[in-house]
Formats: sequence, structure tokens, C-alpha cells
Amino acid sequence: MKEILAGHGSGGRLMNDMIEGTIRNILGPRSIQLDDSAVIESVTGKIAFTTDSYTVTPLFFPGGDIGSLAVNGTVNDLAVMGAEPKYLSCSLIIEEGFTFTELERVLLSMKKAADHAGVSIVTGDTKVVPKGGADRIFINTSGIGIFRGPLLRGEIKPGDRIISSGTLGDHGITVMSMRNGLEFSSDVRSDCAPLNRMIKAVAEKYPHAVKFMRDATRGGAASVLNEIVKDRNFSALVYEEKVPVKDEVAGICSLLGLDPLYVANEGKVILICDESYAEGIVSAMRTFEEGSSAEIIGTVEDKNPGKVYLETFIGGRRILPLLTEEQLPRIC
Amino acid sequence: MNRELTKKLAQRLRNRELKRPLRIMEVCGTHTVQFFKTGVKNLFPDGLELIDGPGCPVCVTENSYLDLAIETAGKYNAIVTTFGDMIKVPSSYSSLAREKARGMDIRIVYSPMDALNIAENNPGRETIFLSVGFETTAPAEAVTILEAMKRNLKNFSVLSGNKVTPPAVRALLEAGETKIDGFILPGHVSSIIGRAPWEFISEEFRLPGVISGFNSMDLVTGVITLLDLIEQGETETVNGYREAVREEGNRSAIGIIEKVYDRSDALWRGLGRIPMSGLEIKDTYSAFDTEKKLPAQAPPAVEHGGCRCGDLLRGLIIPPQCPLFGKTCTPENAVGPCMVSSEGPCSAYYRYGGGI
Amino acid sequence: MCLAIPMEIIKVNDTTAVALLKGVETEVNSMMTPGLKVGDKVLVHAGFIIEKLDPKAAEEIEKAWREYDEILERNEARGM
Repeated sequence: MKEILAGHGSGGRLMNDMIEGTIRNILGPRSIQLDDSAVIESVTGKIAFTTDSYTVTPLFFPGGDIGSLAVNGTVNDLAVMGAEPKYLSCSLIIEEGFTFTELERVLLSMKKAADHAGVSIVTGDTKVVPKGGADRIFINTSGIGIFRGPLLRGEIKPGDRIISSGTLGDHGITVMSMRNGLEFSSDVRSDCAPLNRMIKAVAEKYPHAVKFMRDATRGGAASVLNEIVKDRNFSALVYEEKVPVKDEVAGICSLLGLDPLYVANEGKVILICDESYAEGIVSAMRTFEEGSSAEIIGTVEDKNPGKVYLETFIGGRRILPLLTEEQLPRIC
Repeated sequence: MNRELTKKLAQRLRNRELKRPLRIMEVCGTHTVQFFKTGVKNLFPDGLELIDGPGCPVCVTENSYLDLAIETAGKYNAIVTTFGDMIKVPSSYSSLAREKARGMDIRIVYSPMDALNIAENNPGRETIFLSVGFETTAPAEAVTILEAMKRNLKNFSVLSGNKVTPPAVRALLEAGETKIDGFILPGHVSSIIGRAPWEFISEEFRLPGVISGFNSMDLVTGVITLLDLIEQGETETVNGYREAVREEGNRSAIGIIEKVYDRSDALWRGLGRIPMSGLEIKDTYSAFDTEKKLPAQAPPAVEHGGCRCGDLLRGLIIPPQCPLFGKTCTPENAVGPCMVSSEGPCSAYYRYGGGI
Repeated sequence: MCLAIPMEIIKVNDTTAVALLKGVETEVNSMMTPGLKVGDKVLVHAGFIIEKLDPKAAEEIEKAWREYDEILERNEARGM
């Protein structure tokens, strides 16, 4: 099997062959500019600009891979602000010995995800590091989005509703099961998806209703809510019974002692809006596949400001704290 | 679980008027966490206090155990396999998480059998499994030793820190330092050992106890049963978890424990040396006993200054009464194991207990 | 350290079995529960079945608590 060698990062012919023959061939001729920068037609008004690096073990998992993750993650970071994602960069850090077959698979997946989300990969870079210098492949993508509507931010007030665009924990549970060599046969898959179309539809239908939106990636929904309430004069109350979780995900969570509210998602947003728009926004989300399990999961309150808490089905309440790090499978 | 009935009973618990303030103790880390997580603790009537006993195996494990694990793994360049619960627990001078960052090969397993498979896939290196747990976990660890023998694995051994729970409850009651009105007894430990081994609580110490499961219904009904017993002056040991606990326990599981382990004295954090409370790997299986197979000498253990985990595990204080709690001791920077173990009482109070 | 989860047995092998929970199947060690049958409800801890569950006992317990609640309700209705 053909492998990537140190020489592929040396700036010589091997590198040119890889860029021409593999990367530009798959991502398209505009993807990696031969000059020093990509030149973009002038855009007017506000833009959103973001960057994110991606590393995941395993690289390939049901529902996605590091390539689709790197595109969708950055697309979603732009979309949740209200921007329309347009241009991405793609920077690859490859460990010596990574195979061309795997690289091609990752690039094809990036291309497919970019086409699906309607964004162009316009610039990029490739570095090869010695064996052990990286874990197979790291990808950084930066993205530019253009505002055609309002910024999706507003003043959050007690009484506002908290919406989850769908079932929580799917991505994290998928990779965690694989990473820990856990042999669960079930059709759990990552929710990795671009959310820009769904978000645009919501923003167009309810232009000034959305007060906050964030994709609930690392740390899960509970961490996003903690970021929202931190140092603010309101709190977030989540109703345990309303939180959408797939049966299989709930099953694996209970086996591993994990809480789905803290598990990563790659295709879900937490949204806060005025009470009067909440039902409408949920209905609008549900017309999209990626929002088909959207639910109102909680309320903004003025009691216990700065805290996120959960009401269990028997009516007891407890804090949903900001965890210090990723949850580990446990048997306690 | 019948959710409607659970809701009704939870309201009954909440509205109950106690005749006098009561202190009940649970002795299972999973109970510590579940009382918070289900919200049942939040529905306790006024005057009812739940104190946490020595029910978290990670918490009651002395520093010397982890010290020895780290020393041995370093000396023999071994792969360390452990349940996730142990990874951040501070040892005298380090922790597994810190050693991992420094390059020690530490792997989290879900089942002890996974550790066995890691040994099989790394034939050139020793694999040590850190076996910590009570009666619930001990038979699984014993089966793993039997399986290692069957597969004739030469590079796998177990560092046993296993303990049994009734002697610790006895030690606590004999010390008589803390006033307890009754016990919520551990459901899954009892699945293995049965109801009978807990009867000494009633017979010798004249206190009631209720073996309880872990879902909302189990916890609510367990507490109601215990309050009824206390207020009626009864001192029975009631099995409130009959679907999973037999009078005589799981005889096969007990047989497996007895096949592989001998009872021995063991050190408990806070409680000191408790007679016949440990499980020591029998000589027959010494080829799989890390302490015998890979001798090592850890530097003298030191305790962390000011940490009151020991008092906590004896039921003398609740976490917020420790001067370090939430100040110098937090989950990010834990001084004692009770703050870092996922089922440690301090960690549970810190995570879920903030006033709401 | 005693998180154990109720699951249902869908396949029985020699010393292992396949257990099901909410669509999730996983292989578990069954050495502590001889005589296991497909359809049995079990408790799984760290990849091992630690005990068979007794669904009849569960029903009885629930019934007893329903009666407990009803008795208290009747007493309350009578103003006791």
C-alpha cells in the first residue's frame, strides 16, 4: 500500500505530485491555490470568520469521518451565528506512514461534505510530520460566512425557551464505543451533518426570534448551557423527560455510566428563543432530516442565576455542572 | 419502573413530617451519586440527613495501593489497565493521569476481560490490571484470573485491592463515633452476598437497614421503608430489592470469589486496618498476583495535608464541612480521592449539590 | 463501584451470552449465572452477568407499593 513519506512534505516533486495528483484532483482545482493566497470576489457587509482543528480517534466511524467532521464543524460554527458559509480552507498535518488510500478517503469525504453544504474549499496547506509527531492526520479548516440576515444573538430573558435541534449524544457515543473497543452491535451512528440549511430556514421564517444558538460539540448540551448562563443574571432549567435521546444511545450511556447531556454532538444545536416562537421554530426544524427530533427541552429562569439545572421526572432538581473534562466510561 | 407510582410516592416522601431529625447512611458510591442524579435527595423531608459511608471502593483505597501500582508499572515497563474511575485519583506523589502524560502506558477498560485481551495482544510486555472493587466486582475479577490461567497467559497479573463491605460497616458501628438511625444497604453488593450477611446490623446493633436498588422508585421506596422502620422502632434488615437480591445471594458468584481469593485484613482509608475485610489472591494463582510476580517497593505513602476524606468515610462529616472542599480541593485539582472518584461523596456534592 | 444495568438475554453460549438493552447488543460473561436461558432478565456489571433478575418479585413489590399508596390515600380521604 502506498504510504506518505517525509518527502511528501519537503516542497519537492513528491509534494507537488501529491498536491496535484491527490488533493487538487479530489477537492477540485480551486481547492489549493498555487499562488500564495486564494483570491475571493469582494463581499459586502458583515462576514463571519472561524477556525477549528480536528483530531478524532478512530478516523472513520459510522455516520462520518475526520473529513466530513472538519467540513461540517466549521460550516456549523458559521451557521449558528446567522452567517451563510461560503469558503473554507483545508490544512492537513499528516503523520509519515499514513496511506494514500486513507488520505483519498478523507479528501473524498471532505469534497462530498463541502458540496452538500454548498461551500467551496478555496485554499489549503499540507505538512508531513515524522512518525509519532501526529496521530495519523490532523485537519484544520477555517471558514468565511456572509451575513444575509441578522446576527442570531439577542438579549436572553427569563421565560425564554431552550430548544435542542434533535437527539443528543449520538456522535460521542459512536466514537467512544469504537475507541474503547466496546463491541456493541447496534445501529448507533454519528450525527455529523451541516446545519446551515436548517438554520437558514429558521432564521428566514423567524428573523428576530433567535437569541442564541450554538452547536453542542465537545462537552455536549450541558456545557453549551453552562457557557450561556456563566456570570449572567439568569439560569437554565432542563426537563429530563423532554431531552431527546435515542434508545440505543441511552442504552450505551447507562452501560458506560455516561450522561448524554455531556456527550459530544456533531449535528445538533442548542437554541434559545422567546417563548412565543418556540413551537414554531421546533416545527420548522422538524421539516429537515437533521432537525427531525427537535424538542423544547427547557426554560430560562431567574432563580439561581449562573446555574444550569435539571428537573427529574419525579420533580427533584439537581445541578448540571460544567465538567472539567471528558467523561470516562466507568463502572461505579 | 412505574413512573406514575414513583411520582406519587416521591411526593409522599417530600410531604412527610418526621417526628424527630434523622440521620441515615448509605454505603454504596452508586447510591451516593444516584440520590443526587435522580433528584430524590432534593425531595427529602426536613430533618432527614443522608450521610455517606465507606461505599466508594476508589475512595477507601489507601494511597499505598496506587503508589505500588505506579512503582511496579515503572519498574517492569508494564501496561497498566484500569477502570476509568481510578485514573485521576491522587496517589502519594502522582496519579495515573499524570503518569500517562509522562509516558506510562495506561489503558482504561470497561471489563477486566478487556485487560486480559490487551495482555494477549501485547505478548512482549507485562499487563497489570488494577483490581479495585467490592463484592459486585470481585467475582468478575476472579473469573478473569481463572481465564488467564486457562489461556496460559504469562504476561498478565492482577494487583488486588479488593474489599468486602460488611466488615467495614461493622467497624464503623463498633467505633460508635457517629449517630446513625438506619442504613440504606447496597443493592448490587447484596446481589452477590445476599441479605443475610447484613443481619448483624439489626441483631447486634439494633438498627434497621433496607437493601435498595438504584432507580428513582427503588430509592424513594427504600427511604420510605427505612423511615417507617425507624419511626415504628423496628430493627429489621429488609430486602427492598428482591428482584435482584436473594436471601442467600448468588452462590455461583460467591463460589468463584472463594475459589480465587482468601479473606485477609485490609487497610481502609479513614477506617484503618479492618480484620477479614480484604480479598487476597490465593497462592494457587500467585502467577497472576502482581505483588508476588512483580515484586516492587513503593516509597512510603504520605497523606495529603488537611484532607478529611477519612472522617468523611467514617460518616463524621459531610463534604461541605471539610475545610478544603471547593477551595483547594476541586475535581480539577483534587486533594483526596473522594473529590475525584466519579462516585466519591465530595465529587457528588461538588457536581450536583450546589444550592437549588 | 457498582453500576449494574438490567438487560435481556437473547443468545446463550458456553460461558458467554448476548444481552440486549434498548437495541444495544453486547456480549457478556455468564459464568456466575449457570442455567441461563434466552429471555432471562439479568444484571450486567463490567461485562459480567452478576445475577438473574426475578420479574415476578418486581411485580409483587410494585403491587405492594401501589397498595401502600392506596391505603394512605383512603386514610387521607377519611381525614386520618
